[in-house]
Amino acid sequence: MHELGVVFHCIDQVNSIASENNVKRINSVTVEIGEVSTVIPELFEDCWSWAVKKETVLKDAKIKIEKIKAVTYCEACQKEYPTIQYGKVCPYCNSERTYLIKGNELIIKEIEAVEV
Amino acid sequence: MDKVRIIEVKQSIFADNDRDADKLREELKIKKTFLLNLMSSPGSGKTTFLKGIIKRLKDDISIGVMEADIDSDVDALAIKETGVKAIQLHTGGMCHLDASMTRQGLEEFGVNDLDLVVLENVGNLVCPAEFDTGAVKNAVILSVPEGHDKPLKYPLMFQVADILIINKIDVLDYFDFDLEKVKAYALMRNPKLKIFTVSAKTEEGLDDVASYLKAEVLAWTK
Repeated sequence: MHELGVVFHCIDQVNSIASENNVKRINSVTVEIGEVSTVIPELFEDCWSWAVKKETVLKDAKIKIEKIKAVTYCEACQKEYPTIQYGKVCPYCNSERTYLIKGNELIIKEIEAVEV
Repeated sequence: MDKVRIIEVKQSIFADNDRDADKLREELKIKKTFLLNLMSSPGSGKTTFLKGIIKRLKDDISIGVMEADIDSDVDALAIKETGVKAIQLHTGGMCHLDASMTRQGLEEFGVNDLDLVVLENVGNLVCPAEFDTGAVKNAVILSVPEGHDKPLKYPLMFQVADILIINKIDVLDYFDFDLEKVKAYALMRNPKLKIFTVSAKTEEGLDDVASYLKAEVLAWTK
């Protein structure tokens, strides 16, 4: 349950971006969350809704979450496969020489700011 | 209707913490203080291990311990018995420490006269791995009863760790724990990982960890 900590960091960063861009109000923030990022999107959303109430620029900001599918690459047979379904072992050749190529992202993608 | 504009950010949520952690490391380098971030599951033997290490090093280098827990101060009290400076940090329900919490803790603690500060992170193999604390090295303790599959289940922890300490090897005979497998799994995550096998209870292997740590600390603080 570290979603709250992640949300606090996200809010801090959005606040500093807002002040750099002279933004007074934000409609929404879009984040990309990888399937194996250890952050659960639903919990992130709950923490967000609770935490932004105490904010000013972000007070009414919605959170938009885009999930990123996790993909693992197999060095032995050079194929890619879905991480969630097969984990560490390649479903094509049974090799364990595999590594994650995407799916652990936690990224602030964009901010929808209101012009004043 | 308000006019809206989209600001493209494309920045990791941890970017500010990572920056803060790098800054803290620079400050510690100037202060000649080595910060070790010690992570593990609850009950892996962190505190017992630490007491064994302190006993071996406290005459040569000055040591302080910061115990991070959601609540209670039992660990800090146990460490104080060894005669070194200890402080209990409460995370207020958070499951991890980040760089700014670590900095606050260090400021309150006062590290100017300390060569080595050990941060005993919250017992948890998931969340502490996500947040760079500003430590010079990250160590993870994995104990035999937890099973040899942990590097597969908690890949990030073993990826961010510099040092893996396999603890409780005195009970190896009672568990289906494959020492070679766990090493292979962990090295798969991080080929540079430095691995030690110890029993904090019987003190087997602690001399090796202590001399490794001492050399690291002296290299950082010289």
